[in-house]
Amino acid sequence: MHFQVSSEDFTRAGEASSAVKKALKKLGLPPDIIRRVAIAMYEGEINMVIHAKSGEIDVVITPDYIDMTLRDNGPGIQDVELAMQAGYSTAPEEVRNLGFGAGMGLPNMKKNSDEMTIDTELGVGTTVKMKVYINTPS
Amino acid sequence: MTVSQLAKHPSFTPAYLASEDHTLTGVYCCDLLSVAMGRAPADSAWVTVMGNLNAIAVAVLCDVPLLVIAENMGIDEDARKKAQEEGISLFQTELSVFDAALIIHKALSA
Repeated sequence: MHFQVSSEDFTRAGEASSAVKKALKKLGLPPDIIRRVAIAMYEGEINMVIHAKSGEIDVVITPDYIDMTLRDNGPGIQDVELAMQAGYSTAPEEVRNLGFGAGMGLPNMKKNSDEMTIDTELGVGTTVKMKVYINTPS
Repeated sequence: MTVSQLAKHPSFTPAYLASEDHTLTGVYCCDLLSVAMGRAPADSAWVTVMGNLNAIAVAVLCDVPLLVIAENMGIDEDARKKAQEEGISLFQTELSVFDAALIIHKALSA
């Protein structure tokens, strides 16, 4: 599944994660897996809308895991370690007024995925890859 | 207790009652959507002052069937539309977040 995410479009943010959630429900996956994927993806979408000019999301569903790749052409993350800390945020005031920008985005994505990698370059963009296992690998 | 049973409580005014009824198993309070997203339990009533579109989106993702907007805060028109599309019930109340949650908690415990 492929999705385009456009800048500052809060009304459409959540469409990609909703679509994936519906697809996973149809496949009859366990509710906790669906919830984790939906939360991780929605946080990623919101991050793109807040920070990046544009982006795209690719989701691959296999019998064993769900792979999410979120690519944006945003400003990049200056200090990934700092950005991973709960409560740290660079979101602007208007975003905070909407109820976002609590500095929980990346921590929530990490918490709800089994594997997560962040590849970022200042001025070029950020790629976040997340994987949620349907059956925990032994 | 179901959403439609709670809708009859005099403290709440249903702004939209979804056709599919749900049994509520708890109540949750939070206004920061990113926090709520990670923590709002499925099948709970979520009490908040955020009556915007994004709150509905978070409710959908968390399998929360009912959003209670406290402190007489408004509900955006696009949020109402989205709630109807997604089958999320919406109540309004003049009570504070705490008082609204307490009433729901007592109703669920009765």
